[in-house]
Amino acid sequence: MLTLTCPYCGVSGEETEFHAGGEAHLKRFISGSTDAEFDEYMFLRENPKGVHFERWRHVYGCGKWFHAARDTNTLEVFGTYSAQVSEPPKEIKDKISAKRPGWSWRNFK
Amino acid sequence: MSTRLSSGGRLVNRAKQVSFTFNGKRMTGYEGDTLGSALLANDQMMVGRSFKYHRPRGIVASGVEEPNALVNLGQGARMEPNQRVTTTELFDGLTATSQNHWPSLEFDIGAVNTYLWRFLPAGFYYKMFMYPRAFWKHVYEPFIRQSAGLGKAPDAETLDADLYEHFHAYVDVLVIGGGVAGLQAALSAGRAGARVMLIEQTAHWGGRAPVDGGTIDGMAPGAWVEQAVAELSGMENVKMRPRTMGAGVYDHGYVLGYERVNDHKPGAKGVRHRLWRIRAQRIVSAGGAIERPLSFAGNDLPGVMLASAVRDYIVDYGVSPGDRVVVVTNNDDAYRTALAVKAAGLQVPVILDARPNGGGALAEAAKKAGIRVENGKGIAKVKGGKRVTGVAICLQAGEGSVIEEIACDAVAMSGGWSPVVHLWSHCGGKLLWDAERAMFRPDGAKPPTDQDGEGFVVCAGNANGAMTLDAVMADATLQGAGAAAELGFKGAAAGAKGEAEAEAPMAAVWMMPQGANIKLRMKSWLDYQNDVKVSDVQLAAREGYESVEHAKRYTTLGMATDQGKLSNINGLAILSYALNQPIPQTGTTTFRPPYTPISMGAIGGAARAEVFQPIRRTSLYDWHEAQNAYWEPVGQWRRPYCYPKAGESHHDAVTREINQTRNSLGLLDASTLGKLIVKGPDAGKFLDLMYTNMMSNLAVGKCRYGLMCNENGFLSDDGVVARMDEDTWLCHTTTGGADRIHAHMEEWLQTEWWDLKVYVANVTEQWAQFAVVGPNGRKVLEKLGGMDVSKETLPFMQWAEGTLGGVKARAFRISFSGELSYEIAVPASEGRAFWDMLLKAGEEFGATPYGTEALHVLRAEKGFIMIGDETDGTVIPQDLGLDWAISKKKTDYIGKRGQERIHMVRPDRWKLVGLETLDGSVIPDGAYAVDEGKNSNGQRNTQGRVTSTYYSPTLGRGIALGIVRDGPKRMGEVIEFPKTDGTSVKARIVDPVFYDKEGAKQNV
Repeated sequence: MLTLTCPYCGVSGEETEFHAGGEAHLKRFISGSTDAEFDEYMFLRENPKGVHFERWRHVYGCGKWFHAARDTNTLEVFGTYSAQVSEPPKEIKDKISAKRPGWSWRNFK
Repeated sequence: MSTRLSSGGRLVNRAKQVSFTFNGKRMTGYEGDTLGSALLANDQMMVGRSFKYHRPRGIVASGVEEPNALVNLGQGARMEPNQRVTTTELFDGLTATSQNHWPSLEFDIGAVNTYLWRFLPAGFYYKMFMYPRAFWKHVYEPFIRQSAGLGKAPDAETLDADLYEHFHAYVDVLVIGGGVAGLQAALSAGRAGARVMLIEQTAHWGGRAPVDGGTIDGMAPGAWVEQAVAELSGMENVKMRPRTMGAGVYDHGYVLGYERVNDHKPGAKGVRHRLWRIRAQRIVSAGGAIERPLSFAGNDLPGVMLASAVRDYIVDYGVSPGDRVVVVTNNDDAYRTALAVKAAGLQVPVILDARPNGGGALAEAAKKAGIRVENGKGIAKVKGGKRVTGVAICLQAGEGSVIEEIACDAVAMSGGWSPVVHLWSHCGGKLLWDAERAMFRPDGAKPPTDQDGEGFVVCAGNANGAMTLDAVMADATLQGAGAAAELGFKGAAAGAKGEAEAEAPMAAVWMMPQGANIKLRMKSWLDYQNDVKVSDVQLAAREGYESVEHAKRYTTLGMATDQGKLSNINGLAILSYALNQPIPQTGTTTFRPPYTPISMGAIGGAARAEVFQPIRRTSLYDWHEAQNAYWEPVGQWRRPYCYPKAGESHHDAVTREINQTRNSLGLLDASTLGKLIVKGPDAGKFLDLMYTNMMSNLAVGKCRYGLMCNENGFLSDDGVVARMDEDTWLCHTTTGGADRIHAHMEEWLQTEWWDLKVYVANVTEQWAQFAVVGPNGRKVLEKLGGMDVSKETLPFMQWAEGTLGGVKARAFRISFSGELSYEIAVPASEGRAFWDMLLKAGEEFGATPYGTEALHVLRAEKGFIMIGDETDGTVIPQDLGLDWAISKKKTDYIGKRGQERIHMVRPDRWKLVGLETLDGSVIPDGAYAVDEGKNSNGQRNTQGRVTSTYYSPTLGRGIALGIVRDGPKRMGEVIEFPKTDGTSVKARIVDPVFYDKEGAKQNV
């Protein structure tokens, strides 16, 4: 059972306090997009063994959604950050680079 | 025979006798006994039958590793199967019965299997029960279910009489295991200032060190333990919990501890078991080691025991397992048993040491004590039936030719020790094979890692492969202080010095004798509980089960309730030899929690009965109950399904409620409907994205029915939205949807449209809401007075705020029944008072409370859809003829793009229609309409299904809503619905609005 820290209220809590919300940084496609674009947005997900970016909600706490960068293999958590960004902040990327040199995830590295 | 010695037993209180029964036979023991030691003291060596061959089995071990001695414990509401006698503390009045035999322990019909052993090798079930196919269900499975299994499951209808609970703990260092290593590690970490929790699975501190001898800091180990416990007890930063097992180590330092609070005093006040949910920054696993059996023919006979267990029973409980004990070993430690047997005044006819050159200092001591020692010898075969009567001796290096037979009534065996690496391994710690000492031990360089990528488990003492007392104490000091230091607690750690006899190296012995022939191998047990022998593992290897995980499942080695604590290492060594590969290449099977079984009660904790799921109650809950309402669970709410009067069936009650509502006045507690306030400068814009239709252009004071979809386009929720003021909307959701839709709105606001200035609040429980329905609905509100509810001032789909009968109220002119209808919301605290006023004012109109079933029928008669009936996560609003509620102008709403996909717009989708049976009967719920032809599975093709089906009292016939392929274009067509009884019912496709199509009753 993971321990995560909510970047909004600062509480470090049990996994049962949070709710996982799937992959982070999806780009939404609306009416007018191609079938391929919508398919990608709606259904296609990364399934890495290693660095991954996820959405979580502090559901039994402050209620805020946030992002977590972690390793799906070792369960190491590189950091949590605001859900209101379209890519991971530099300090999170730097932290990952320090521990997993050469990492990449979708278009991020 | 086994018996109580006249003196000795450091754990028993001979002043206090305790009585108990085993298979109905009255026996006595002493306070401090385990059920195991007490049974042995009463010469009850044989305690059960084995799983497959029903062979007589006796107690083998003295602790958690015991594979044989499982009993049914307790009776009635406290009956529990598969309890190990070696971990069951004796108490007055204990009742135990043996398992897996019929008709009795002494005479068991199933024992015939032991003569059929030749025909029951590994994989027998897989090979035998394949053909003929039909036999599985009718012959094989019933037979296997009858004969398999150990204890009997408790009666399904009997509620567990005990209480359970969960505790949470957050510590710096958790030390698991209260032996001398655990105590020393806790002292080191505690002295450094860390918050320490120390747990021990038994009732005693110190582990087996007091039995094994040596000295710590110049003291006898027992004395040192007392001193250590006293110091730890005095430390404020240290918590100690005996009778608490470390059950499992999980991610990020999460540990489950299993405390058996009252097992030794059943019925005592408080909880029986407590599950500790511990978060530890660092974990010191000091679980000790478990002795391995040796694999010789007849090693499963009652009377063959682990050498350590023989020693424990003598020293701890003053119980002798036999008068003449043959010791057989491949290491020095078992000599301690020989010396203990001798010191208790019993005989050791011979020590058989498989090592050609024998042992060291302990061997010398044994010889000095006058014990015969035979080096390079082993046991060819144990003699006896239900009890050991002797052993046949052979050369270890040979094939089993008998040199000599020696009479004895117990055999103490030792195949070496395996560190308890379970907790290290649970979360991914890796192991090393230590060839010199023939054991897997933790690879300190590859620990399980935590959220920071740091190792969070260390092992100490035996569990770390430190096997002698001097090494144990040094290692424990190092590991305890190290764990604390990693967290920044750096104190000067005072070590403890252990001293013990030097030991000669052990020698790996996986088969005895080394060249044992097949007859001997077929009688050499590896897994006692699941009846797996050396020959079975060899057979598995021959048949191609080369992976240890496959061999395990094929033979069932290590799959019993003991999870192979005694058998795994011996088994995989045999497998390695059969495959001709080194042991590390074979590897181990995965160690999974729990370490030993924990009770279902502890896992459930307090969450049972009414605490399992709290009931949400509306302000009328007590009133409903007083009216004898028949409850229907709706999410966590309870809603009245109907209000049957004395002698009235539910069907009759529903009919009465509907008729009274259509003809005069019905009242409904609609408080459970979700109510979300959406407020802010961008609220309208936001709601336009949430709903399929426009909400931003809704005028203040007006109401609009709205649909919400998920991004896939499927209909998710519906309800009436009312505009409160310029920047405030009130969104009604379904009863089950309030929390879900609230979360849905929050998710989109926080993660996609975070630039919108909108605030959402769930006010569902702030308001009591009642539907006042029927031709007399307006009159009753007018009687209460205070608001103009006339057709002119408050027309359909408008709302107004004011007072009714002196209570602050909101009146919504909306209808889910097709009648003249108001929904009145009042503050929840006024709900019951207002309801009473409605009832009183409505008396002259025969005001009739109605439940959810009447609500369903009323709406179905009008063709209104119900989320969860007409929708199932695959239905889009367009399927339900709701195109009128979908904006064509908006460029975006959640689900719009999804609904544009090709399969969502194809013309032959199943669409909503009404269904009228030709014979007036009610179609079964969920029935499918069949079509011509068959599909690829040979099943009839289908062309639609029923989504709602009721008897309509208003129309006096069965009506249904359903979705049918291209349905709206097929009005008047008759389709057929097969029923489960083989008959079918025909129905005509009709308009889904069955009653008052023009809305004359509603718009008055």
